[in-house]
Amino acid sequence: MSLLELQNVTQRFGGLVAVDDVSATIAQGGVTAVIGPNGAGKTTLFNAISGFRTPSAGRVVFGGVDITGMAPERIAAIGLVRTFQLVQLFGELTAMENVKVGCHLHTRGDLLAAILRSPATRRSERQVEDDARKLLDFVGLTDVADVAASSLPYGQQRLLEIARALAAQPKLLLLDEPAAGLNSGETARLSATIREIAARGTTVLLIEHDMKLVMSTADRVIVLDFGRKIAEGTPDEVRDNPAVIAAYLGMPEGAA
Amino acid sequence: MTKSPTITFPDMTRRGLGALPWIAAAGVLAYAFFVGGYLTTVMSFALIYVVFVTGLNVFMGYAGQVSFGHNAFAALSGYTSAYLTTSHGFAPLPAFGAGLALALSCALIVGYPTLRLKGHYLAMATLAIGLIVYEVAVEWTSVTQGYMGISGIPPIGIAGYEITSERGQLAFLTVIVALATLVSWRIRESRFGRALSAVAGSEDAARALGISASRYKLSAFLASAAFAALAGSLFVHVVGFVSPEVYGLHMVVLAFTMLYVGGIGTIAGPFVGAVIISLLPEMFRQFKDYQDLAYGAALILLLIYAPRGLSTISSLFRRAAAKKAVVS
Repeated sequence: MSLLELQNVTQRFGGLVAVDDVSATIAQGGVTAVIGPNGAGKTTLFNAISGFRTPSAGRVVFGGVDITGMAPERIAAIGLVRTFQLVQLFGELTAMENVKVGCHLHTRGDLLAAILRSPATRRSERQVEDDARKLLDFVGLTDVADVAASSLPYGQQRLLEIARALAAQPKLLLLDEPAAGLNSGETARLSATIREIAARGTTVLLIEHDMKLVMSTADRVIVLDFGRKIAEGTPDEVRDNPAVIAAYLGMPEGAA
Repeated sequence: MTKSPTITFPDMTRRGLGALPWIAAAGVLAYAFFVGGYLTTVMSFALIYVVFVTGLNVFMGYAGQVSFGHNAFAALSGYTSAYLTTSHGFAPLPAFGAGLALALSCALIVGYPTLRLKGHYLAMATLAIGLIVYEVAVEWTSVTQGYMGISGIPPIGIAGYEITSERGQLAFLTVIVALATLVSWRIRESRFGRALSAVAGSEDAARALGISASRYKLSAFLASAAFAALAGSLFVHVVGFVSPEVYGLHMVVLAFTMLYVGGIGTIAGPFVGAVIISLLPEMFRQFKDYQDLAYGAALILLLIYAPRGLSTISSLFRRAAAKKAVVS
């Protein structure tokens, strides 16, 4: 069953076509990677999917709902949650509090509930605390639960952002270059974490430059170049695809 | 990150230091209560400002927004209280209810369109509303009596019992401040408060987690306007008089100073800041011509040595202790 469907998605910035008529289907389950050289339109495509930009043309359908141009918070509410290429943590909050914020969507109560602080609210807060602790444990950040997010080393910030996104219990998790800035040990760990996320039933769509991570983690790969989709398939198929090799090594297509 | 037992500050001491600003400010309050007289008046004003600044802190400290016009909401509610109690024989509480409704409606009208935008549109709009309300208070003489102001406003009363003594008022204001601080604390430690912190930290990240940034900014704006309205009405009943100058731009400047000196975004900040800033000019009164100079110098020193506010002074000790431990 298809979870996310891109139908001829196009994003123009003036005369520049950053995403050019991309269509793709992401099935439920597993890990799909979007790869491509710098400037291929990967992040722009992510922004169009997650509601941070309305595509110039085309449609984005998520779980049977047309989410084209919907506000990011509404898209998140129906189960599509993303992370950012430049980590966007709530720096002044602790790691724990960051993950608690992630629990926003599946808890209730606003100003009045905060002031009254009924037994039900307290129970819900304890539940949030429990959930957050489990997620920190899952990404291996239990020891730094009470450290301000901005003082964590970069690798841990990346993991924290993933934990926070998972707290929203997404059906589809979009990771924008999760391995950027990680060393090889951290990248290997991240790969295992992403596999585990998929194994627990969350579909993962990620943008990545690190080919080792893509090859070891993804079930399917979509390749973009100059905004167009030039290939799609399993990692092995894509690796041997002449168009992909040409895009990455800069050879003219005919020469490959 | 290495964890060394030598740099963890004993928990008891830390908690004790954390309570220090509270204890100091509460001590001054208790002293004022027993001594009475002029200090009681100064402290009453300080406590009214605590309510105002606590509201501002929700919007600026928790949600990370900026408003230059919360004096408008204090003015709207204050004038409504003054007018309805003097000209129409309203009791203070229903008059405040009307003032609160007016202030919130105004906040909604200003906030709804501007808070949907990123950046400083709201700050500009709030600056404008502050100036507009001031002008209205000056010009609409049939209701506000212009510069003359409205006098003879009855004191606060609950169920027919009027609080006329200065000590009684101070006690009443202390209860109000305690409640306001409790509300501020509960907001901070809640799902609502976390959503505000998220918006303050990164609007994009908040939205990606399903938090409607514009809705939470508006909620915080309305909540803080309600605090401002309460402070505005308290003022007219405590002083018995109101004029446009009471809610002028200087109110904003004073509130900002209190917020930053006390510690923006902290729970104790508004209380500590309002008490200190209310007392400072009194302490320097003996300097006569140099009073303003001394006041300014004191502010600069405070911001150098406690840049995150006096209520975070305990973290200063903590840092010093950590430094010492690392050296040894």
